[in-house]
Amino acid sequence: MIHVEKLTKYYGNLCAVDQIDLDISKGEITGLLGPNGAGKTTTMRMITGYLLPTSGDINIKDLSTQDDMLAIKRLIGYLPESAPLYHNMLVFDYLDYVARVRGISGQARMARIQELADLCGLNDIMHKAIGELSKGLKQRVGLAHAMMNDPEILVLDEPTSGLDPNQIVEIRDIIRRIGKEKTIILSTHILSEAEATCDRIVIIDHGCIVADGSTEALKKASGQEKTIDISLVNADIDSVRARLGSIVGITDMEQIASTSADELRIRLCASGNDDIRRPVYQAIKETDWILVEFSQEGKSLEKIFRELTKEQ
Amino acid sequence: MSQAINIFRKELKDYFLSPIAYIVICIFLLVTGWFFYATFFYYSQASMRNFFNLLPIIFSFVIPAVTMRLFSEELHAGSYEMLLTLPVRLGDVIIGKFLAGVAFVAIMLVPTLSYAVCISFIGDLDWGPIIGGYTGAILLGGAFCAVGIFASSMTRNQIIAFIVGMVICFTLTLIDKMLFFFPASMVEVVGYLGAGFHFENISKGIIDTRDIVYFFSVIFIALYGSHLVLQEKR
Repeated sequence: MIHVEKLTKYYGNLCAVDQIDLDISKGEITGLLGPNGAGKTTTMRMITGYLLPTSGDINIKDLSTQDDMLAIKRLIGYLPESAPLYHNMLVFDYLDYVARVRGISGQARMARIQELADLCGLNDIMHKAIGELSKGLKQRVGLAHAMMNDPEILVLDEPTSGLDPNQIVEIRDIIRRIGKEKTIILSTHILSEAEATCDRIVIIDHGCIVADGSTEALKKASGQEKTIDISLVNADIDSVRARLGSIVGITDMEQIASTSADELRIRLCASGNDDIRRPVYQAIKETDWILVEFSQEGKSLEKIFRELTKEQ
Repeated sequence: MSQAINIFRKELKDYFLSPIAYIVICIFLLVTGWFFYATFFYYSQASMRNFFNLLPIIFSFVIPAVTMRLFSEELHAGSYEMLLTLPVRLGDVIIGKFLAGVAFVAIMLVPTLSYAVCISFIGDLDWGPIIGGYTGAILLGGAFCAVGIFASSMTRNQIIAFIVGMVICFTLTLIDKMLFFFPASMVEVVGYLGAGFHFENISKGIIDTRDIVYFFSVIFIALYGSHLVLQEKR
């Protein structure tokens, strides 16, 4: 669907995007992650045709951005960061204008605007000026703008930034609803969001792709390390060390701060493919310790992100 | 081209959504009306020559105020990004906005037709210079709109766009009245560059192709310049 090859963009001497290769297939929801200034927005702007690449090629459905930009723009719906809309226009007038520019005429235009108003929940605000709307509502108008011609590809730049938790859930629901049949590229700072909505995650740092794959694949690639936190009552650290130390697979054991004085909190680190939960539980069961907490955590996306993008 | 029409419709509608349009029109009518009628009865001539003589100077500051927002506002708000990722060509955007500016100027001139009607009641008005004058006014307005759009495409600050546009328009208006500053060899060339000179020709009722070519050249050069400036930003 989208094929990007050796894409490079310089702003003066500053290299914003450095030889990126990316293939996105139909129906995929791809999340672009990266610290600020990593090149996510620049990449998206080049795919949507707002910026011209310094070098490299972008092909979308076998159309090249150099020769068929107008045809590509018809395929793509784009929502820039924080939805910069015309503040003095009414929501309805704005959508009507976008529909006209998108070449939807007559009866179809009204029907399409109504459809989008239902989908994005705009029915109550159709006759308000865009400048009066809250950020979340503006974002929804922006989404309606992006989806006007029912595009095959949606590019969303930080669709949930600056919204409150309720609005984030609303926007995420809309994205998930439309994501079933569309190819979506979205950028975000919120890692849990990428994990929840995206099929595939691409981490960009300093204009280069540093990781690419599904969340599971990323976790697998960055090692099998897991940690188990247990809280015990009626136990002391030395006897715990003696008892659990013999279990195969545990690489490290340390006491961590506990909220209550009579609870002993211990973090066990495990590596490899061994599932150590069973032997640990068995070992505890044989004693008179009381187990009040037992939780296993895989390596989080946050940790992977930090490892890949930390400043040298 | 149909995209240019869509942009034109939106921009023209935008003008009349905000109070600025009405304020600009009022100021224009007050200033032209005052300067025209203040001296009209001294001359006791049934002509609008004084009105048309004033027009280049008044247009020089009114039209940059009309066009200053066309690109600066979009660049400042970021809506330019949304506009350019719609299936439109940059050329369509520029032409649409230019036509909206010209249409606004035309609408602004409509009430002044009442001057001509009034004068025709009290004297024997020669309609030739009136028709020529309005034709010239639209051409002059078009040229200044194109210059204003060029200024607006260069900056995201509307005030700067206004001042730059006004300086260029004033220069075009006044340059043929400053000819004594130039060496004799340049007088003819510099005189030809003046918009005031060409406008006066047309407003006398003489429609000469050289003057029309001049105005269309200014429009083309300024709009092409905007295209280059905006293309460079990508």
